[in-house]
Amino acid sequence: MRLKLQIWRQPGPDSAGRLVDYELADVSPDMSFLEMLDVLNEGLIEKGEEPVAFDHDCREGICGTCGMFINGQAHGPRARTTTCQLHMRSFRDGDTIRIEPWRARAFPVIRDLVVDRSPFDRIIQSGGFISVNTGSAPEANITPVPKDVAELAMDAAECIGCGACVAQCPNGAAQLFTAAKVSHLNVLPQGRAERDRRVLAMVRAMEESFGSCTNYAECEAVCPKGISIDFIARMNRDFLKAALTEGEGGSR
Amino acid sequence: MTLDAKIPAGPIEQKWEKHRFDLKLVNPANKRKFSILVVGSGLAGGAASATLAELGYDVKCFCYQDSPRRAHSIAAQGGINAAKNYQNDGDSIRRLFYDTVKGGDFRSREGNVYRLAQVSVEIIDQCVAQGVPFAREYGGHLANRSFGGAQVSRTFYARGQTGQQLLLGAYQALSRQIARGKVKMYPRTEMLDLVVHEGRARGIVVRDLVTGEVRSETGDAVVLATGGYSNVFFLSTNAKGCNTTAIWRAHRRGALFANPCYTQIHPTCIPVSGDYQSKLTLMSESLRNDGRIWVPDDAGDERKPGDIPAEDRDYYLERKYPAFGNLVPRDIASRAAKEVCDAGRGVGPGGRGVYLDFADAIRRLGRKAIEERYGNLFEMYERITDENPYEVPMRIYPAPHYTMGGLWVDYNLMSNVPGLYVVGEANFSDHGANRLGASALMQGLADGYFVLPYTIGDYLARHMGEGPLPTDHAAFGQVEEEVRERVRRLLTIDGSRTVDSFHRELGQICWDKCGMSRDRESLREALRILPELRERYWAEVKVGGDGEELNQSLERAGRVADFLELAELMCLDALDREESCGTHFRTEYQTPEGEALRRDDEYAYVAAWEHGGESEDPVLHKETLDFENVALSQRSYK
Amino acid sequence: MLSRLYRSALGLKALMAVSGIVLFGFVLVHMAGNLKLYLGPEAINHYGEWLREVGTPFLPPSGLLWVARVVLLASVLVHIVAAWKLTWLNRAARPQDYVGRDVVQATYAARTMRWGGVIILLFVLYHLADLTFGWVNPDFVPGDVYHNMVAGFSVWWVSAFYMLAQVALAFHLYHGLWSLFQSLGWNHPALNPWRRRFAATFAIVVAAGNLSFPLAVLSGLVS
Ligand SMILES: Cc1cc2nc3c(=O)[nH]c(=O)nc-3n(C[C@H](O)[C@H](O)[C@H](O)COP(=O)(O)OP(=O)(O)OC[C@H]3O[C@@H](n4cnc5c(N)ncnc54)[C@H](O)[C@@H]3O)c2cc1C
Ligand code: HEM
Ligand code: HEM
Ligand code: SF4
Ligand code: F3S
Ligand code: FES
Repeated sequence: MRLKLQIWRQPGPDSAGRLVDYELADVSPDMSFLEMLDVLNEGLIEKGEEPVAFDHDCREGICGTCGMFINGQAHGPRARTTTCQLHMRSFRDGDTIRIEPWRARAFPVIRDLVVDRSPFDRIIQSGGFISVNTGSAPEANITPVPKDVAELAMDAAECIGCGACVAQCPNGAAQLFTAAKVSHLNVLPQGRAERDRRVLAMVRAMEESFGSCTNYAECEAVCPKGISIDFIARMNRDFLKAALTEGEGGSR
Repeated sequence: MTLDAKIPAGPIEQKWEKHRFDLKLVNPANKRKFSILVVGSGLAGGAASATLAELGYDVKCFCYQDSPRRAHSIAAQGGINAAKNYQNDGDSIRRLFYDTVKGGDFRSREGNVYRLAQVSVEIIDQCVAQGVPFAREYGGHLANRSFGGAQVSRTFYARGQTGQQLLLGAYQALSRQIARGKVKMYPRTEMLDLVVHEGRARGIVVRDLVTGEVRSETGDAVVLATGGYSNVFFLSTNAKGCNTTAIWRAHRRGALFANPCYTQIHPTCIPVSGDYQSKLTLMSESLRNDGRIWVPDDAGDERKPGDIPAEDRDYYLERKYPAFGNLVPRDIASRAAKEVCDAGRGVGPGGRGVYLDFADAIRRLGRKAIEERYGNLFEMYERITDENPYEVPMRIYPAPHYTMGGLWVDYNLMSNVPGLYVVGEANFSDHGANRLGASALMQGLADGYFVLPYTIGDYLARHMGEGPLPTDHAAFGQVEEEVRERVRRLLTIDGSRTVDSFHRELGQICWDKCGMSRDRESLREALRILPELRERYWAEVKVGGDGEELNQSLERAGRVADFLELAELMCLDALDREESCGTHFRTEYQTPEGEALRRDDEYAYVAAWEHGGESEDPVLHKETLDFENVALSQRSYK
Repeated sequence: MLSRLYRSALGLKALMAVSGIVLFGFVLVHMAGNLKLYLGPEAINHYGEWLREVGTPFLPPSGLLWVARVVLLASVLVHIVAAWKLTWLNRAARPQDYVGRDVVQATYAARTMRWGGVIILLFVLYHLADLTFGWVNPDFVPGDVYHNMVAGFSVWWVSAFYMLAQVALAFHLYHGLWSLFQSLGWNHPALNPWRRRFAATFAIVVAAGNLSFPLAVLSGLVS
């Protein structure tokens, strides 16, 4: 197939960017989206032009490194699919495809389609863990975890930290990401001791960088792991409970 | 040079405990005076960084991704082994030890493997306490499955995302230490060289991948946890960024590289679909529990799989290995697939594939049961191939997956360069000539959580009060200059071919000549063409852009340059090892039934290669392997 | 405690939800009360009076009404201040917008909360000037609620504006009544399917009731 691409090009964090048009012929429908960009880049390098910078690593939908805004949707048109798992058969011959980076104040563009997602790491650092030093763990089966609780925790823990939720949210909110992590740890008996402190600290860290949630549910629709907005409600409940019962403090 | 593995004396069950007692300790107040550089944030590096910081050391941790959470460990699907014997099916530390040594075809160190089996138990405790949501039974206790042909159920798993969940556990522990200020994290930072001064590892030279700045980092010890080098084959199941640079550069600075030819090819991957292919996707091995592998009897049978009647199908694994059938170990399944494809009976585009058929299982168990077991894998398969595996058989083909080879380390996980430790897939470690399923995660976490944090103290205690070498020392300046010069050279060649085109060519050579099976001729041939390719690379590669910016083509260029050198050592090692063992299958050495023929009298050793410099050949050092606790035997899966 | 809620976006949302519940309670009861229009002038005028007298002699005249008014006014203030703050916070979270961003599954109602809120606010201001203070009513008779309504709604554009506002309110409620469950963390597998139905039902009930009044006057059913 033949495609027209409009790709956001921006040489550096402080430079201005713009959409640049490219034409690409001989695209196979079996190519992945990133392989299509590889082909484009190979051509650009051979011509002595700068290739398009984009983040990627595992290329199997699990590391959360890839991510671009394709025709108005984070990770493109296919539900529950990361950019690296999107294949060109989702497009038609002659299509124009517009590719932009994630856009949020918290995710500044580094170059072309590469953005800085470090605020996600800071949210985890603020409380997204269980404080247990190596060696101090009790025997694993000492605390039974009901199967449905373990499954629920796993539903939340599947988040790959890609940032699509923020990218699609009209408010640039990181509610889904944060809720997934808070819930994963808060529903487990092992995470219960730090439940209040965790949610207060993580919400605070989240609010330092991101917008708030109007419950649009756009995040859920583009999340490649299908994380449910039920977790947002769960986090809100944990937060209110903690905020209304506990004293100040909240951070570590 | 004599290689001293420093395996403690005494009965195997007591070696580790005795050794821990014998190790020197650093007192708590002094720990913060030491700074440790950890390169890599995967299971091994993440666990090590977090634990060292908990103990009180100052840690700097580096990774090339934008976040430590994205290390390649995240991709592991199947599970992690531990000798908990929760299923009461006869598992024990000794059995896990025995299975691992046997699975590795008797090319690993007994002492290390036994310790691995011992600490496996603690790993599960630790991960559960961190909140890893392992699968549970209805009673709330941990669930297990049998994996990779093991005869006991000792594999712990979190859906098909075990690696992800374990890595997130380590990442969270690491994040906690980052918040405490005990770990300073450097994402998007690549180690490009090791600084050795007066025979000891004193620091590293890194490049900031965003600004392009090349700078030195100093520490009292350096830990490499940079993963495996399967990407030497270009197409592999590894993440695109996986590389050999850190360990290769350390090798060039004096660290021995052990068993580079032990590379594992995984039997169940999605086949190549075209020449634009950038990586291969693993389909979990668990599929072989219910899927049946077959090819048409006749080469050139063009019928659709559904139209081929049973009598025209060859279920070749079931035919050749009636006892294990489709569940034979990875190396055997892979080789068998290659054989039938070489005979022209492969299916799919290019004839590089075999069927993995669920029709019988669906008939037997119902579609729903299959959906429950493999639903997400089937979905993934369909996403990539656009074929529905409930209706047409999957097509699979082997792909490079894991490298047992790596930097040589002693029992303390220290390389022959004092102060340089190597953990996880990056060391040559515990898997011998073949790794069993679900054992890499175990080893990475064992190294990172439970072994290195003890053993490193012994070295540090001996250098109390010396302090790190300042980065303005000439030793750093010189290496920095060499790194800059290399970057400059890569940028100025300005030839006509892209980095990837060279990498593909390299991968093809390695796959053809040093892949699932090797022979003298093909390896010699490889050793003839690889230096040529390397020369052409340095004359014709076109990188583009400049060094003071995010330049992904430049990142790849440096990695491919190192792969080109590693490939030669890999082929040399394969040529030198005149036997077949585990994944290393030399066609000259096989039993009449076509199985690997070990030559224990001559080759029961670890081949540790010393870099020969620019012009000299590498020098082989041998660490003899003694087997006191298991009897050497021929593997048989008939 | 409240100040902690006020300082956090999540807390602000909870305050919005609680004030939204109060406002919803008011519009629902208000609509129901206004249905007395169909029982004739007596009934509704009497109802107006009753509102002013309920609680006496224990409370001063109009006492309970004033309590309600204070709660209502406070809710409106909280609701609007929170809406204002959150809107700006959210604007600032994406300084550079996409060239194009699709709507994937957000409802029209969700996307128009801010405009809907503004329309409702403008409506209430006009509405007070119309039926409470009589400033803009063509023929205001204090105490004669029935008459005032008929007088106001007889002007076609007044009715049109009222009706537009009711549609805006319906949309606001359709999203808001669902959203507040999320904001307050009221989710449970057994409850979740009912949240949407609850929101839709009451959005329609309130809107249908309110829309009927101007329509009844315009069509001459009530005069
Ligand atoms: C698809 C797949 C499935 C697997 N499934 C299983 C399984 O089910 N069970 C099992 O036991 N094993 C499995 N494995 C193997 C296992 O995942 C790996 O062997 C293991 O995770 C390696 O961990 P590691 O910590 O050594 O390295 P990695 O996780 O690869 O981490 C390497 C780290 O080093 C950093 N790094 C690398 N080079 C540099 C450099 N030059 N400078 C700076 N930083 C650098 C990276 O950023 C990264 O943080 C699987 C592997 C694959 C590919
Ligand atoms: C009768 C009047 C009103 C009622 C019953 C009402 C009700 C609600 C409810 C229930 C919510 C959902 C709260 C949540 O998600 O937790 C809401 C949200 C909202 N309301 Fe109102 N509201 C009214 C008037 C107004 C007014 C006058 C404005 C603005 C001037 C306004 C602006 C908003 C906005 C912007 C939101 C979305 C806030 C966000 O999530 O970011 N509302 N309303
Ligand atoms: C078409 C529908 C409506 C009709 C017919 C109507 C009618 C009236 C009437 C007659 C009064 C005066 C009552 C009195 O003074 O005794 C009144 C007051 C009021 N109405 Fe409405 N109303 C409607 C919709 C609304 C809506 C949607 C809102 C809010 C969003 C609203 C808010 C108010 C308020 C705040 C008052 C003043 C109450 C007080 O005295 O404190 N009304 N309404
Ligand atoms: S919640 Fe979903 S969209 Fe958001 S970061 Fe996690 S996986 Fe990505
Ligand atoms: S799209 Fe945004 S508004 Fe909330 S529900 Fe999702 S974060
Ligand atoms: S590259 Fe890892 S999720 Fe896409």
